[in-house]
Amino acid sequence: MNPAWAALPVWLAGYGLNVVIANGPARDSRLAKIAVPTIFGLTVLAMWELLVRGLGVPAVILPPPSQIAATFADNLGLLWRDFVQTIVKGALSGYVIGCGAAFLTALLVDRHDYLRRGLLPLGNFMAALPIVGTAPILVMWFGFGWQSKAAVVVLMVFFPMLVNTVAGLRDTSAMQRDLMHTYAASWGQTLRMLRLPAAMPFIFNGLKISTTLALIGAIVAEFFGSPTLGLGFRISTSIGQLDLGLVWSAIVVAALAGTAFFGAVSLIEKRVTFWHGSQRKG
Amino acid sequence: MSDAVASAPLTRRHRLWLPPVLAMVLALFALWYVAVVPMNVQETLTQAERAGAEVSPPTAVERRDMSNWVLVFRNLGTLGESWNLDRPRLPAPHQVAVELYDSTIKEELTGRRGIVNSGTLSNRSLVYHGLVTLNATFVGFLIGAALGVGLAIGIVHSRVMDMSVMPWAIVSQTIPIVALAPMIIVVLYSVGVQGLIPKAVISAYLSFFPVVVGMVKGLRSPDKMQLDLMHTYNASKARVLWALRLPASVPYLFASLKIAIAASLVGAIVGELPVQKGGLGARMLAGSYYGQTVQIWAALFVAAGLAALLVWLIGMAERRSLRRMGMTP
Repeated sequence: MNPAWAALPVWLAGYGLNVVIANGPARDSRLAKIAVPTIFGLTVLAMWELLVRGLGVPAVILPPPSQIAATFADNLGLLWRDFVQTIVKGALSGYVIGCGAAFLTALLVDRHDYLRRGLLPLGNFMAALPIVGTAPILVMWFGFGWQSKAAVVVLMVFFPMLVNTVAGLRDTSAMQRDLMHTYAASWGQTLRMLRLPAAMPFIFNGLKISTTLALIGAIVAEFFGSPTLGLGFRISTSIGQLDLGLVWSAIVVAALAGTAFFGAVSLIEKRVTFWHGSQRKG
Repeated sequence: MSDAVASAPLTRRHRLWLPPVLAMVLALFALWYVAVVPMNVQETLTQAERAGAEVSPPTAVERRDMSNWVLVFRNLGTLGESWNLDRPRLPAPHQVAVELYDSTIKEELTGRRGIVNSGTLSNRSLVYHGLVTLNATFVGFLIGAALGVGLAIGIVHSRVMDMSVMPWAIVSQTIPIVALAPMIIVVLYSVGVQGLIPKAVISAYLSFFPVVVGMVKGLRSPDKMQLDLMHTYNASKARVLWALRLPASVPYLFASLKIAIAASLVGAIVGELPVQKGGLGARMLAGSYYGQTVQIWAALFVAAGLAALLVWLIGMAERRSLRRMGMTP
């Protein structure tokens, strides 16, 4: 029998299991909340495998997950070097520089109302623009190495981070600021004791948005030129060779890195802003 | 409210000055003009040397390894051409403006292939490339928004879908989706689909998730009291959706549509990179291959203008519909 037919019972089984768990007595437990999406993901993977094999879809169009996993395992060293080039050197350094610069600019902007009213609309405007488009220019300026990728990332994360931090620094009530004033607190003390902690949820929001932007910037910039290394390079050249297994492996690496990056920032957020409403339970 | 009161004295003190946004834009342009000098210094000095001017140090080889600022200060007299180079590393704003004019109005009105002389838009003009990108953006945006709203309705009504799909939707936000773009193009090309659709698929993919997340929030925004009221009316689920949930979700929908259309434009531009068949992305890549920096900048400005226009249009529709629904803040 054609294995494609097996996809149907697999789907029904996965769906049925999820219905039982989602409507069962333990539906609000932590385990159920992890189990249901996991079952969903596994069902999709199994159906993908069965349908691709059963319907004879050529591997140059859509390889089955098992083949992707095999390619992934065969090319661990290659993918690791790509990961270091794109994520660690390109995205991470750009992320740190961009977010740091945006934070310092935000402090400056916050001190001078004139700057704030001038830069904030501009920042909001820039945050909506397709900044990835600057990638060809920056690659031309900074060469094919990781520096140009970091530069693209800096530009991409700067404005969302700036807008969020400035909004956060203004998120204190007049009452709270007056209290600090009656304590004769200096600008620095007010910043450290009151306004930075109050701004943390906003700052982390900006940091979280920036994680994805950083990876997108680093990968897209590699489409415009890179050394023979990097996830974007791997994706575009492997497509040329119709080696879709390797393309998917590179995408898996990018996805894992993106999720881990985002997860790490959220974890730090949970530690730092434990007092905020969105982090408390119940 | 309290913020406005607190900052009132500051605003009064600055009222004599330029409007702040205008001042910042002017400052940005001034900075740009200044930056042009060190960015282009190597090229400028080579040209000055060829024209017979005294340059220090005299050969290009010696100059290559020197810092740009040192070169600027040692050759203050011979930098006049910095802003008019043919292929500058950083073009001056007026060069970009001229290129924008040349490749839109002038090309269409007087060019051999322009709309006046040939009846169709010239494939050298940014109007043509902008429209190609805009088409893909719109189609992708419509598909993405429709699918997003549909999935959000499903998620709100089915607990199973909520629990199984929603975590993946959130995880997918953290994945650099653009990495998929070249693959989608090539795969669709190999099954015979090409032209507008592959780009629109990428646009749809990028605009899909903001809409799902925003709409789920919006459809869940009616509070218990309102839902109970519908319940006492014996309203069906469809009726609750139509009369309560959908109207309540409109502000959330527009907020996410603004993000979605900007993402959709990025998707269309990135989607044009692997296939050189017109569009702003293709134009940028061609410019980077042939060292035509002015062309890249012009395409970039058109893309920025399009993004601003699209977000503004959605904002306009948002204000209109919210006002007609009586929800203006």
